[in-house]
Amino acid sequence: MTTPTIKTRIPAKAKKGEIIEIKAQITHDMETGQRKDANGMALSRRIINKFVCTWNGQAVISADWHTAMSANPFVSFFAVAEASGPLKLAFHDDNGEIYESVTEVVVE
Amino acid sequence: MTFMHKHGWARRDLLVAAGAGAVALALPGAVQATPQEADAFTRKMIGAANPKTGKIQLVVKDVAESGANEPVRVVVDSPMTAADHVKAIHVIADGNPFPGVSSWFLTPKSGKAEVAFRMRLAKTQMVRAYAVMSDGSVWQTSQEVKVTIGGCGG
Repeated sequence: MTTPTIKTRIPAKAKKGEIIEIKAQITHDMETGQRKDANGMALSRRIINKFVCTWNGQAVISADWHTAMSANPFVSFFAVAEASGPLKLAFHDDNGEIYESVTEVVVE
Repeated sequence: MTFMHKHGWARRDLLVAAGAGAVALALPGAVQATPQEADAFTRKMIGAANPKTGKIQLVVKDVAESGANEPVRVVVDSPMTAADHVKAIHVIADGNPFPGVSSWFLTPKSGKAEVAFRMRLAKTQMVRAYAVMSDGSVWQTSQEVKVTIGGCGG
């Protein structure tokens, strides 16, 4: 699998108190561990098992994901604009790697 | 359709490819969770609470276009204030190899109790959604989704 890349759709600016929608998608096979390769060997499980969104270091939303999440998982959720700062999305891989995307959002 | 052959299920592949040119394949002989296992998993997630119906809405098509990538949206009726908000949303499917789909942990900073994602469905089954509120109450809804092309393997 190639290195996962993260695409996001996050507004660059928001008014204070506004609820903004955040959309993100990461390229990831989300291998379930149920499939077999051409030689009948089981492909080992490798999924994104945890997703965390923070804004200025404070938790917005987090999620535990299981094997029923689709490949190239897409997420959409909301956040309240309180103060300008980095909005961080972190995807935790079964193999211990964490893929991150940081977007600076200006709150006026 | 060269990708069909990398899994080594030639017979199955032919059937499915002939039928639909499918991207997703149901796994032959895969172990499916039972509704009882889904119930046990639900208990683990929501504790001893007695779920009530209402407040939570599960938006998913009656007939899935593809079992590999089915859009799901969960909306909960909540003001999302510090005093009254949704703490968790659990989505559970009773016909997949593992009943848990995803559990979302919200905060008042989430603003709106709404999440959307895409899920796999191995076969026609009930998809359930539970919302755990900050006052401890639990709300639930469920919907059957018909699947013609399963997607537990992807």
